[in-house]
Amino acid sequence: MKSNINSKLTIIFLATLFFISCGNENAGTTDSVSDNGIVETHSKGQADVVDETSDPNILQVAIGSKDHSTLVAAVQAAGIEHVLTNVGPLTVFAPNNAAFDALPEGTVDNLLKPENKADLANVLTMHAAPGSFDLDALKKEARKGRKIYTATGDYFEVKVEGDDVFVGGAKILGTIPTSNGIIHVVESILSKSEN
Amino acid sequence: MKTINKIAIFIASLALLASCGPGKEKKGNSGALSGNAAEKVYVAPGEHDEYYAFMSGGYSGNLTVYGLPSGRMLKEIPVFSQFPTSGYGYSEETKPMMNTSFGFVPWDDAHHPDISQTNGEIDGRWIFINGNNTPRIARINLATFETEEIIEVPNSAGNHSSSFITENTEYVVAGTRFSVPIPQKDMPIADYKANFKGSLSFISVDPEHGHMDIKFQLMMPGFNYDLSHPGRDKSHGWFFFTTYNTEEANSLMEVNSSQNDKDFIAAVNWKVIEEYVNNGGGTMMPAEYAHNVYDESTHTATSTMKKEVLTVDPLKVPGAVYFLPTPKSPHGCDVDPTGQYIIGNGKLSADLTIHSFDKMIAAIEGKKFDGEAYGIPILKFEEILAGTVKSGGLGPLHTEFDGEGNAYTTFFISSEVVKWKLGTWEVIDRKPTYYSVGHLMIPGGNSRKPFGKYVVALNKITKDRYLPTGPEMEHSAQIYDISGEKMELLYDFPTHGEPHYAAGCPADLLKKNSKKIYRLDENKHPYAIMKPSEAKVTRDGNEVHIYMSTIRSHFTPDNIEGIKVGDKVYFHITNHEQDFDVPHGFSMIGQGTSELLVMPGQTKTSLWEPKKVGVWPFYCTDFCSALHQEMQGYVRVSPANSSIPLSWSLDGE
Repeated sequence: MKSNINSKLTIIFLATLFFISCGNENAGTTDSVSDNGIVETHSKGQADVVDETSDPNILQVAIGSKDHSTLVAAVQAAGIEHVLTNVGPLTVFAPNNAAFDALPEGTVDNLLKPENKADLANVLTMHAAPGSFDLDALKKEARKGRKIYTATGDYFEVKVEGDDVFVGGAKILGTIPTSNGIIHVVESILSKSEN
Repeated sequence: MKTINKIAIFIASLALLASCGPGKEKKGNSGALSGNAAEKVYVAPGEHDEYYAFMSGGYSGNLTVYGLPSGRMLKEIPVFSQFPTSGYGYSEETKPMMNTSFGFVPWDDAHHPDISQTNGEIDGRWIFINGNNTPRIARINLATFETEEIIEVPNSAGNHSSSFITENTEYVVAGTRFSVPIPQKDMPIADYKANFKGSLSFISVDPEHGHMDIKFQLMMPGFNYDLSHPGRDKSHGWFFFTTYNTEEANSLMEVNSSQNDKDFIAAVNWKVIEEYVNNGGGTMMPAEYAHNVYDESTHTATSTMKKEVLTVDPLKVPGAVYFLPTPKSPHGCDVDPTGQYIIGNGKLSADLTIHSFDKMIAAIEGKKFDGEAYGIPILKFEEILAGTVKSGGLGPLHTEFDGEGNAYTTFFISSEVVKWKLGTWEVIDRKPTYYSVGHLMIPGGNSRKPFGKYVVALNKITKDRYLPTGPEMEHSAQIYDISGEKMELLYDFPTHGEPHYAAGCPADLLKKNSKKIYRLDENKHPYAIMKPSEAKVTRDGNEVHIYMSTIRSHFTPDNIEGIKVGDKVYFHITNHEQDFDVPHGFSMIGQGTSELLVMPGQTKTSLWEPKKVGVWPFYCTDFCSALHQEMQGYVRVSPANSSIPLSWSLDGE
């Protein structure tokens, strides 16, 4: 009986070898064998699509911006790159590096810790609104007294003061249209409004 | 007990070795299950196939694109038939593609695709396909996978020995299957013999843009011209057409066309005729045929009716045409990659007849004639014969080549593919097909450079191959590995419509060129708008034009008033997306046409003739985005005598 179990283990071992050796022949896949011997395929997402023809999407624009290296690092740490390349449409309020620097010391480092991944994702998706709101559309929201709601279900007030537009208290510094939505660069983290 | 376990380990080790050994060649005939057939056709999620296969859709009128070896269908390209999936043939821009001398013909019977070539090798620029019923040839761009051009072929009927490409795409050739009175006239059918003619059309292809133009039509005796292939390499400059019904029967053809022991392969020296024509030879005759061209920059097709065609009497061009006697109503007419062997598959015979190009030239020079037919010399059969394949099969139809000196022939009646050796004519292998195979396809298998890894058998009969779906089923195809000495059946998959011939090529030839989006800034459509703010509605009498844009996730405008019963309303929709794979659709309630699918950067137009007063919604038919369900609008339709002015808005502005 004992030897029977051993033999079974040996067969499983050989079968595992089979998977490993065949997996390695497939260039471009990222198969790996976990501790329990099950082959896991780490599926790629839309952020991995090679496309040099379309206009740049939200993620590509953010990656290309020196002022958004903290945001990009946070997006990658939160694992939400695929969300920002999705067909959307999304309007992203993108805090620049200065906005993150202005937070109490240790806030960003704390959020970037692996155990806080869910919190970080929540903070970031709070800055993404479903729909395409360019600057004119935001002004219209303000005029009509409509609030912007973001992917976390939070509502943010839009205000116009002179030439400036504020969303959730954050001033918009610039607007960049992208292939899957609109980026508004904001100078601070958004703060929720009531309701 | 222990012994059994050891055996189990030994078997598992063997399996490991067998399935992972690189570049192994499977010998023997042990069947798919005990081999590694599954592994050979498995394309992992996210991975791409190795080859494209373009299967004619037969009576679907279209062309379907598959990946090999997986057999996954990737796309249906509308060609001759209206296609509601994209709005092809329904949109105002593409209706002209269906224009013919008979008017709007929204269907055809698509048979034989062939990919453009340079120096006898497939180059992946265009694919051509024939419409068999209302004679037409179409050209499809292999960067956009869109039909760009359709030319009607006059003086033809049953455009079957088409559309085959000479080795530098100088010509796409279209031979008539049915002979007819030329020009058409009111006459007794019984007077067919010696009065009807068969035309072989040589359509030149502009090397830069691919535009087609009928260079000349060769007016041949009233036989049936069945299939054809160009000479290759040494025989480049010649074209070979199988004929049947050299009896010139006009009724109960299945009996009356099978009386002669031999029919002919017509060998046409098109270079000699081209020179004759270039020097002013030939007779211009009145004709009427449509030439439809789709312009990618305006996203619009135009149709021009042509009024004359140049015809050539073969007797006036010495050395232009010879007949090669070929037994038993030959069907397929195939030329090997070296251009030396011309293979005629006598469909009522068990054997294949192979003519030698060198011997044919020698027989012509030595005047080894066996009489003539309508003035065209018939070469002596035994003088030109290279060999006969005694196959043991029944009903040979078509032959393709692997580039390694082997040929593969389908047998309809005995349902099999037979592999045989060029030159020795010995049969090497045979494998059953399921069932009654017609054409077969090896990627590049009719060119100078075949990619001899797989052959696909395209069957006519499906019966029990798949889960039953009632009396009507899709056709079946089987893919075989031909990299070894023996063929190995790998997989079986259904194909759409009735694939006759197919063409294939390595994926890398097309992949890098495949277009992702149309640039909005290159859009020259007269009704396109470049910004949503340019959206407007104009009226000219009862004709209303709506200049509309789409971008996630709304139409601009989405509220329109002032439309009246009896108006002709044109929705000109420009998709402002510039993002790969983000089309928007459009459909209007009660509209007597299909939806439109508008690709990024493209403009398409839909006609709506409202018949009822009310407020009528339209919406996006493609799940374009997270807010797709919000992508809709309303049109207010007032009575014909209403004085409500035209107005349009988005979000009240």
